[in-house]
Amino acid sequence: MSEVRVLVGTRKGAFVLRSDEQRKDWTVEGPHFPGWEIYHITGTPSDPNRLYASQSSGWFGQVIQRSDDGGKTWETVGNEFAYDGVPGTHQWYDGSQHPWEFKRVWHLEPSPTNPDSVYAGVEDAALFHSDDGGKTWQELPGLRDVKGNLWQPGAGGMCLHTIVLSPDDPNRMFVAISAAGAFRTDDGGVTWRPINEGLKSEFELPDATAEVGHCVHSIAMHPSNPNKLFMQKHWDVMRSDNGGDSWHEVSGNLPSDFGFPIAVHAHEPETIYVVPITSDSFHFPPDGKLRVYRSRSGGDEWEALTNGLPQSDCYVNVLRNAFAVDSLDSCGVYFGTTGGQVYVSADSGDHWAPIVHDLPPVLSVEVQILP
Amino acid sequence: MIRVTLPTHLRSLAQVAGPVELQVAEPITQRAILDALEAAYPMLRGTIRDVATKERRPFIRFFACGDDLSHEPADAAVPAEVALGTEPFRVIGAMAGG
Repeated sequence: MSEVRVLVGTRKGAFVLRSDEQRKDWTVEGPHFPGWEIYHITGTPSDPNRLYASQSSGWFGQVIQRSDDGGKTWETVGNEFAYDGVPGTHQWYDGSQHPWEFKRVWHLEPSPTNPDSVYAGVEDAALFHSDDGGKTWQELPGLRDVKGNLWQPGAGGMCLHTIVLSPDDPNRMFVAISAAGAFRTDDGGVTWRPINEGLKSEFELPDATAEVGHCVHSIAMHPSNPNKLFMQKHWDVMRSDNGGDSWHEVSGNLPSDFGFPIAVHAHEPETIYVVPITSDSFHFPPDGKLRVYRSRSGGDEWEALTNGLPQSDCYVNVLRNAFAVDSLDSCGVYFGTTGGQVYVSADSGDHWAPIVHDLPPVLSVEVQILP
Repeated sequence: MIRVTLPTHLRSLAQVAGPVELQVAEPITQRAILDALEAAYPMLRGTIRDVATKERRPFIRFFACGDDLSHEPADAAVPAEVALGTEPFRVIGAMAGG
């Protein structure tokens, strides 16, 4: 029977949740790195026991941890994220230019084929790569050449939070940055182009359809069709059928199209999930009801999934990296909240149950299926 | 031997339970102590000083003999008691927050 391992990053440490494929009975292990912010902890597809974690602190800065035994033991690896050359400047809140300054790693994305190859998305926004298991990091500076001087921090900082590797083309990848937008490379990260056509950010940008500057919150792809992308923007849920060349809105009947994560079902490329949040002013669900919304048509038509989720007096948020799906035949769906709950559905979202209630605020959730 | 005390999170990171003892070449300065500390415990690189500039991180303070040495030049001699090993060089997480 397969083992299910859920990796949870929180404001005060990392936790590992384990179950079997029934996903009913769970053990909670942790906290690892107690007291530290764990923006992301993730496994490596080609070596599931190779884990990477981004550990950071306002006092002590950035640490990268690596495990080669599934999280039983950890070792620190490289934490020097030096921007390539003269870092330059980006737009500041008051419209002035502000120097690029490294703050933390938001997202770690290992290669699907090589456990020593891993990308890191950082704040202030940039993309780094390591080909030695995290010991050393090199920036891919071509990304910031794409009008980086016009990028500006969102409320959560100017962070590169999403990295999507194309499963059929090792030279193609997508990243998303708040607040700069979405970008694609087709040459392994040397050069990049903005892929924001169709995004509209009225009352957020001087030019609502600007080439860069949009606050993209997350992007998801189904591996069966790497040209089909889904996006949760600050406001608006969007879809692209041409690798991001253009986007159209699929918010449809959502109660709010503001939110953070978006995910695609493991086996149904047109089944997608979002968690509507009232607004950017109220970072909690509409009407105090925690509802995941599922579309089986790739957007526009959405159904609320509520069975097992609190439907009154619930005022938590679900952050952009805190939603995941597993690859079991009956697709499991997982998310963590800023209230410290981690929920699981073992049936594609029809029924939910809490795995754990009272963790620190959850920053990231990833899931692994182990033989 | 120079004795250095670390805040809780850095003791965990360095996997030490108490003060660490370091052999530091003279002249005994903040820079020399921190260089020796990072050489002995490489996992601490970047957590006390910036990796590249070697500047003290904003929310780190240095104390010894009851005095705040945080704004002393990195190459100034530390107090004699620290150099003799009778008093520790203290790395402190600054009071921050609300």
